[in-house]
Amino acid sequence: MTVSVVRFGGSNCDRDALRALEDLGIDAEIVWHEDGLPADTTGVVLPGGFSYGDYLRAGAMAARSPVMDEVRELASEGVPVLGVCNGAQVGCESGLTEGAFTTNASARFQCEHVHVRVERTDTPWTAGYETGEVIELPIAHGEGRYEISEDRLTQLETQDRVLFRYCDADGNLTDEANPNGSKHNVAGVVGERDSVAVLMPHPERAALADVGGTDGRPLLRGFAAE
Amino acid sequence: MSAYTATVTVRLKQGVLDPEAETTKRALERLGFELSGLRSADRFEVDLDAADEDAARERASEMAERLLANPTIHDYDVEVAPRE
Repeated sequence: MTVSVVRFGGSNCDRDALRALEDLGIDAEIVWHEDGLPADTTGVVLPGGFSYGDYLRAGAMAARSPVMDEVRELASEGVPVLGVCNGAQVGCESGLTEGAFTTNASARFQCEHVHVRVERTDTPWTAGYETGEVIELPIAHGEGRYEISEDRLTQLETQDRVLFRYCDADGNLTDEANPNGSKHNVAGVVGERDSVAVLMPHPERAALADVGGTDGRPLLRGFAAE
Repeated sequence: MSAYTATVTVRLKQGVLDPEAETTKRALERLGFELSGLRSADRFEVDLDAADEDAARERASEMAERLLANPTIHDYDVEVAPRE
């Protein structure tokens, strides 16, 4: 099994993801998007960064590159796909997940540690957490505000597809703890299948004890889950 | 085939927060201007050849649907004019 970390021009968290996965004992390799996915791909990371310089909208160009047809096909077969930060923007732009990540309410790039609450534990990404557990992950984005129509948001919540919400250290969903103004404090969602997830915070930057904490490790173990 | 320019204007849907427009509005106010609102939009001018105006509009609309706009947050309109 090999997790393919898809590198676009402008990706910059691909090596972080690779190193975090290797530290967890999960086989992974960086794949240049124009080369397509290797046949033995058993998981896909859409990493953070600024693919195509965020031209038009963050993630818009990468979402329409040919490799994403392959990613969508694998996703529909149940292969785990994780989009982080720019990868989350690519995921929403490509239709893997619903909604859109757009300009932070502050209109500023925000680089800080945040708390998120685990909303479900019956997914490969969150099986290693407790329901309602508060974890600490870094964010680094200018366009992370989750936007979606009220109707679609209601449907998403009814279907229990919100994976993480921004919260304070005690797990309360407050406006102050919502770093980018996301609707209903949404930080991450799953797609049609639970095996497809996107989130703005960086679990791969919270995977090694000597840099940034380890709260992201259980999430990345989703690639090792059966 | 005739030559046209299709102008595609992409705006945020009503009710969607526009932090950049808010910031721009505040900057104008700091410069002493009085204004009660400000909205921003992206405008794309697409030169294309098509059988007629309707065909040009249809193709530009498809461009908006598939790339230029994100239907989750945007509305768009298309205007077509003959190109010299």
